[in-house]
Amino acid sequence: MKSGRFWAWVVFILGAGYFFIPLIATVEFSMRMRRGAYSFDAYQIVLGDPRFQATFMYSVIAAIFTIILGVLIVVPAAYWIRLRLPQLRPIVEFITLLPLVIPAIVIVFGYIRMYGSSSPLPFLASDPGTNALLVIGYATLALPYMYRAVDTGLRTIDVRTLTEAAQILGAGWGTIISRVILPNVLIAVLSGAFLTFAIVIGEFTMASLLNRPAFGPYLQNIGANRAYEPAALAIIAFAITWGCMSLIQILSRFAPKSANRPN
Amino acid sequence: MADPFLSIQHVRKSFGATTVVEDFNLDVEPGEFVSFLGPSGCGKTTVLRMVAGFEEPSAGKIVVGGKDITRLKPNQRNVGMVFQAYALFPNLTVAQNIGFGLKVAGMAKAAIDSRVAEMLDIIKLPQMADRYPYQLSGGQQQRIALARAIAPKPKLLLLDEPLSALDAKVRVSLREEIRSIQKKLGITTIFVTHDQEEALSISDRIAVMYGGKAEQVGTPFEIYNRPATKFVANFVGTLNVLEGKVTDAASGKVQVNAQEVSLKGKLNGSKSGDTLSLALRPEAISLGRQPGHDTSLSGEIAEVHFLGSVIRVRVGIGGNTVSLDTFNNSATPPPVVGEKADISFSSGDMLVLH
Repeated sequence: MKSGRFWAWVVFILGAGYFFIPLIATVEFSMRMRRGAYSFDAYQIVLGDPRFQATFMYSVIAAIFTIILGVLIVVPAAYWIRLRLPQLRPIVEFITLLPLVIPAIVIVFGYIRMYGSSSPLPFLASDPGTNALLVIGYATLALPYMYRAVDTGLRTIDVRTLTEAAQILGAGWGTIISRVILPNVLIAVLSGAFLTFAIVIGEFTMASLLNRPAFGPYLQNIGANRAYEPAALAIIAFAITWGCMSLIQILSRFAPKSANRPN
Repeated sequence: MADPFLSIQHVRKSFGATTVVEDFNLDVEPGEFVSFLGPSGCGKTTVLRMVAGFEEPSAGKIVVGGKDITRLKPNQRNVGMVFQAYALFPNLTVAQNIGFGLKVAGMAKAAIDSRVAEMLDIIKLPQMADRYPYQLSGGQQQRIALARAIAPKPKLLLLDEPLSALDAKVRVSLREEIRSIQKKLGITTIFVTHDQEEALSISDRIAVMYGGKAEQVGTPFEIYNRPATKFVANFVGTLNVLEGKVTDAASGKVQVNAQEVSLKGKLNGSKSGDTLSLALRPEAISLGRQPGHDTSLSGEIAEVHFLGSVIRVRVGIGGNTVSLDTFNNSATPPPVVGEKADISFSSGDMLVLH
């Protein structure tokens, strides 16, 4: 028993070291910009850089639109598959996994070929069109995570009976999805949204090849040309990710209570 | 006779090549409480779901209040339903659950609040308005589900095995409560159950279903005492079935283990030499020859089970075994296995099963 506990601590310390040592090293390095003293100069430079602010805001907005698009596509689709077309689940699961096996560069080249200025759907002919295409591409990349999160959420509720209970009380599909289904899978949707946010903030390939002023290409650009700023940016990105996780924890406290999640 | 309130006419339902409901017919009067009773897979829930609109009949029609609702969507039917699994919305409070249908119908908030309070009073849970479903017991959840179903004043109330997930004690009290609320509101109700005691105790009429068909529709008294088919007789209550041979069809004479029994009336559709199944309820049989019983059979005590106030005795009569209960009498010892015994009954209590 005591031996088991000892090895558990050893594994824990090794794991924590593997995780924290590079992080601490990056923090330490990011603060060594000023010779002979620790400082936040690198952070000041990064945060004061107008390109940082612009690209970060661009990616945040793109992430928000991607989440909205993902929720609008995935929630009704996953709901309908559970309710009416369970036999299609394996096929849909396979389709949602495709973005994991097809590299983003292949998808984006496909987009460029399909939606160029001479195509019937010339997304790439204008900036708003290209932005829309980027969001669609991001939604595709986030599909495996969003679908699985929502599907897992739906598994915890009796979709069919709740739907029928709402229907017999006079509710139409809009009311059923917005007032019955969505509130009960909100935590799952938030998890999917968080993963989507994380993917969009760091995504490089699509944004770069579609020539969009996103945070990913900016990170790459800074990383290639500076010494201390990339380390500061990595820490900032890490803080943003943890901030998102905390936000989800806080939001989940205000989410509707359910029999499956009594606390 | 006035038109029925609910009329299910020649309804059939097939899933692919499998027919689960076949030529089902039933008329229900306004305010009537009708139970669909039958074993699992007999089609009772499918008929209920067709009335609710969750399944579309393959043939036939369903009329409510003179209006054909066969092709209407569930949300257009003004029907209330209580589900076996409660189906309360987990994200909404009790009051919001009860008010859901009213809000969907566009009722004003003050009117919703008033109706919700009224419903909570009816189900005797006025203090539960702000609770969430997970904070309630199964019985409380099902009462809330009932309140939610009747809050929008539906034309018809459908109860799909609402008591089967509850423990025995709660089941009995809740079924009485359901019946009392139904009578108070005068709402026409269809109740699906596989529990014969439930159906017998609270229904105005029972439709006993088997193999997708209504085997018999009648009052609980008729169903129990005059089962129309062998299935109904076997399914509802405990039944002794004896094999007999017709000796004189015209005068209703039958032989059971070489002992003659005279049935009331002639045996239509049978001829001498035919084999018949005869049914007797245990409570119709006495051990020994009793005054008022015009028929007796001789046999041998096969089993005796002393249960305290009651002694359960099984008497072998040739290849047949008859089960009966006698009250314990401290002055008379129970019968002994292997001894000869007579049983007696009124020939009018013996039923011929088809």
